Parts: sequence; C-alpha cells; structure tokens
Amino acid sequence: MSKPLVTILGKMVRNVAKLRGGGSALPGLVVERIDHDFIKNTLSTLPLGIVVISGTNGKTTTTKMVVELLESQGLRVFTNRTGSNFTRGVAAALLGDIDIKGHLHADIAVLELDEAHAVHFVDKIPPRFSLILNVMRDQLDRFGEIDYTTNLLRHIAISTTNTVVLNREDPRIADISKSLEKQKVKFFGLEKKLSSVFPSDDNLHNHSSDQHATIDADVILSEFTDNSATFIIDNQKINTNLKLSGVYNIFNAAAALTLVRAIIGEKTNQSKLIKALSQTKPAFGRGEKLIVDGHPLELVLVKNPSGFQLGLKSFDPIKYATMIAINDNYADGRDMSWLWDVDFTSLMANGVEQVSGSRAYDISLRLKYDNVPVTSTDLDLKKALKHFISNNPDKPKRIYCTYTAMLTLRRSLSKITDVEVIK
Amino acid sequence: MSDKTITILHLYSNDMNIYGDRGNVLCLKCRLEWCGYTPEVIEYNQGDQFPSDVDIIVGGGGQDSGQDKIKSDLQKIGPKLRELADNNVPMLMICGLYQLFGKFFKTADGEIIKGIGLLDIETYGKSERLIGNIITHSEQFGDIVGYENHSGQTFLGNGVQTLGRVRLGAGNNAVDVSEGARYKNVIGSYLHGSLLPKNPDIADFLIEQAVKNRYNEVVSNNIDDGLTRLARKVALKLPR
Repeated sequence: MSKPLVTILGKMVRNVAKLRGGGSALPGLVVERIDHDFIKNTLSTLPLGIVVISGTNGKTTTTKMVVELLESQGLRVFTNRTGSNFTRGVAAALLGDIDIKGHLHADIAVLELDEAHAVHFVDKIPPRFSLILNVMRDQLDRFGEIDYTTNLLRHIAISTTNTVVLNREDPRIADISKSLEKQKVKFFGLEKKLSSVFPSDDNLHNHSSDQHATIDADVILSEFTDNSATFIIDNQKINTNLKLSGVYNIFNAAAALTLVRAIIGEKTNQSKLIKALSQTKPAFGRGEKLIVDGHPLELVLVKNPSGFQLGLKSFDPIKYATMIAINDNYADGRDMSWLWDVDFTSLMANGVEQVSGSRAYDISLRLKYDNVPVTSTDLDLKKALKHFISNNPDKPKRIYCTYTAMLTLRRSLSKITDVEVIK
Repeated sequence: MSDKTITILHLYSNDMNIYGDRGNVLCLKCRLEWCGYTPEVIEYNQGDQFPSDVDIIVGGGGQDSGQDKIKSDLQKIGPKLRELADNNVPMLMICGLYQLFGKFFKTADGEIIKGIGLLDIETYGKSERLIGNIITHSEQFGDIVGYENHSGQTFLGNGVQTLGRVRLGAGNNAVDVSEGARYKNVIGSYLHGSLLPKNPDIADFLIEQAVKNRYNEVVSNNIDDGLTRLARKVALKLPR
C-alpha cells in the first residue's frame, strides 16, 4: 500500500478510536499490520535522528524533561507523549503528528521505550542517542530477572550509533560502558554524600552502600531541597529552582541535562537550558499535584519496590492524609511479593487513611506487619476515593497507586477537578 | 515480651533474596513477638562464620548470578545444615535455595550444579517458565496460596513428601501435581507471596517446632488473623 494511503487509513482509525474513547495503541496496531516499515520510514527522515530513553524507573518524566530541554534549544521534537511506550504507541503518536503526505515536521524524535520493547525497536531502527536510567527489580513476572533486564538495556546501548548516556551510580548500568567500543559514552552522577539517598537495587537489598564510582560524569547532582537543586556542570556549580518533586525526578534531571548536552554539543545555550529545567513539571502520576476541594491531592505512581521506597522517602507523610491503591492487572505486575520488599515504617506515626484496589487486603496485611495503622479498606476504587476525600476534608492528600489503579482514580478525579486526560 | 529468644537465620540474605523473601522473615519475627517470644534475626552471607545456635532457617530465591556467588559456600555449610535438619530444626527454603537444598540442578545447557542433598529432589532447567498465581492443598496446612515464577522443574524422590497438591497452577513441574517438598521440619516451596504472611499456619508450624526444640513448651497463639483471612479469600479467587 502507498504511504499516503496508509497514513490516511491510520489517521481514520485514530479518530474513530478517539471517538470511542479507546486506547492509544489500536491505530498504531492497524498501521503496523499494513506497513511494517511505517515507523522506520517516517522517523528516518529526521535530521537529528532518534533518541531512546529506557530503564526501570523515571522514563516518563525524564522523557518529558528531555523534550522540553531540547525545545528550549530551538528544536522541533517528536515524542510518544501518551505514556503508551510500546512500538504501537509510537506508531499511534506518529499518526497524530504527521501531515497527510506522511511528513513529520520535526528535527528529532525522543522516545520512551519499555526495556523489552526497546530491544525490538532498536533492531529495526538504531537510535543515534540513548539514555539508560537504572535497572531495578520490577515485574519479574515479565522479565524473569534483573541480569536479564540489564542485558536488554545493554542491547539498546550497543545498537546506538552516536552517544550513550549512562547512570554512573547504578553498578549494572555503569558496567554497560565496557561493552561499548564504537559509541561515545557520557555519565551522569551524584556527589558522594547523596549516594545513600538514591539506593541502587543492590543497596536496597543488601543494606550495603557506597558503590560510588570514580568515573568522570558530565553532570553531577550535588545538592537538592524540596524545590531547588545544584548541579555541577563543567566544574561549575549551577543552582536552580525546580517544579519537580521526588528525589528520583531530581536525579533524572541530571540525566536529561547530560543527554541534551550530548545532542546539542558546543552550541548548547546553558541559561536557556537551566531555565527550561526550572519550569518542567513531572509527568502525570509522578508526583503530580491536583486540587480537590481547595486542598492539594498528589498522585504517586508505584510499580516496584525501589520506586515505592523512593516515593516514601521523597514525600513527608506529616500533615498529609495517605491512601494506597494496589491492583494486580498485567500492567501493574501480578506478583504481589514486591510489597514485602518495601519498608513502610515511615508511615507508622501518621497511619494510612484509606487502602484500596483489587489487592487491598494484601497491602493492608503488609502494613499490619510494619505496625502501620489503617483506617479504612475498600476493594472498590471509586468508593474508596470518595471516602478518602470526604473523611479528610481539611488535609492535603497523597495517593500511592499502581498503574491501572491510577488510571481509574484519574477518571474519577477528572469529574471533580481539572485533570490532564490520558489519551 | 519474655526473655525467651528464638533465633532466625536468614540464609544468603544478600544474593538469594530476589522477590519478597524478606516477607517470610518479617512474618516469623512479628508472629514470634505476638506469641511472647523475643526474635533475633541473623543474616548469613558467604564467608561469614556460621552461627552455632539457630532455631529457624529461612532462605529464598536468587538469579543465576546470585546462585553462582553462593554455591561453593553452600557446599561448605551443607553438612552443618543437614545435621541441623536431622535434629529437627525447622527451615523454609523458597525457589532457588529450595532447588539447591536438593541433589542437583541440571541447567538447560546440561551443566550440573551440585546441591547439598538435604532434600531428595532433582531439578531440571527448562525453556518454559512456570508463572502465575498458584493454589495448592495440604492436609496439615489447608489451602496454600501464592505466586510461582520458575524455569527449573523439580521432581521428588522417596525421601521427601510433597508440601501440597496443586489445584491451580503448575507447582514443582509441568508433569505431576506436587508442589514443594518436606523432610522432617524442613519445607521447600516455589511459592512467592510472600508465602508465610498469607499462609500463617505454615509460619506457626515453624515457630511451634522451634519453640518445642528450644524450650520444650507449647506456643500459646492468640493472633488475630482476620485480615489474613480476607487476603486469602481474594487469593483463592484469583485467575492463574
């Protein structure tokens, strides 16, 4: 089939799917079936090529940061913004952005890809740049084990044609540099005093710390507070305010800065870069703040023990009402044992007001073994949300939730407050 | 709390602790406290001095790299572990250490990893991974609920009994309906969950045996497991 025809057909499916309120992957699937090289042919026209971002935690917010930082440098950027980070999601996002002749008006594509899907993607379309954030045990029911996941990430790095950006503080990720001969390698890192704040998977499970490497890093996070951070770039300390919350988002800002500096090179306009960073907000469900009845309500996506642990570390429970919602659908991970690898004792003093989701009793039981009091448990997410809001009228609220629980909660919340709709 | 201490040994807590194995240790620790004992947890890792006096031993699963790191050390402490098992010390081994407590693990490539032969079981690596929710039934413990995720398939010899008969899922292997193995007070199983919090009868069995060995007394257990029953009810209705 000719390219314009595929494009028109795909766009039609996309519009119909949108009317139906359907998911973002369907039109991509249709186009993929008809034209296997649709993504490759469309993306290969971009002058600055393709950037792939992968890793266990923080892909979505880091991708959003990289896009906004590149735009601050005057580039037109194509990205898979919808959070549907599989190949079909990329095809679907492309359909929204190309013109009727199939031209994509962009300089560069920045794609967030899930580890397993990224491997298939880079085999077809080698990226010019890649950023590998971290590897933590996550959804072992899908990937089997963490060393296997590391090899998927190594494959992405090896397939990269120009520069690979790696996390110096994650020993498995830093080690990938040894497999790279043709590529330039840049690292982002932490000052040593911060290393205990950002545990790698080994630190989290072995209780040992100090994996600090002696490799040079392009951008180093040296200090941070609730709303500001100091980075060391070219031996210069640069302080900036931030709208990002969550320690992991702030460390990933160093990753985004390193990647953008590699892409733009000497022409980087640093003051514009830092200004754009100071205005970046986290992606939906990653410490995102909504307003309900005049009080903030934060959604924190949790999908693996390290992410949950970092979330609990990032957000002080004092003065907040806390809710936890755990589902066990495929996208959430179906094995609940990961909840036992999270230390919930920081919630002991304030307790948890509401627990919900299909595995609500699993998390309640988990909290019981950490002596965390739970006020109310309800398997039904909508009812639980209603209770949570009406029982805590005068308090800011925070909900830790798995992926599909977050989607349900956001739909309910969109009826009572302003919520960015996930396409 | 009484001054009666029960010591739990967490075997290879650094490298054989892949998914929720801490939950089993935490469950034993809390339930011992709730029954009036003072739990003490010792972590044992390769190269450490093996403690002379332990009451319960718990071990978990690891990845291939974790198994490589511990397998020679495990051979060193194997005779000690066998002696403790023969002296009725209760033990719980999940997944990877369950396999290595057996005679051998033959990988899909034909490599043989020697176990310590404490359990009369043999394990063969297969390409297919057995993954999903699992329910088994045991006369002693009733329904046992959890989640399995393993590519090794285990076959039982005459020297062990099965822990449970599979009602949903695969269990030891894709051939028969056995899940887990028992020898004296040693229990091996493939179940994550973590296993003990949602199957407290097994936790209490390990505790009762440990207390009997150490203090020759019967545990008085008034733990309220209402929440556990609700979580189990949900688990019993889950799809594979």
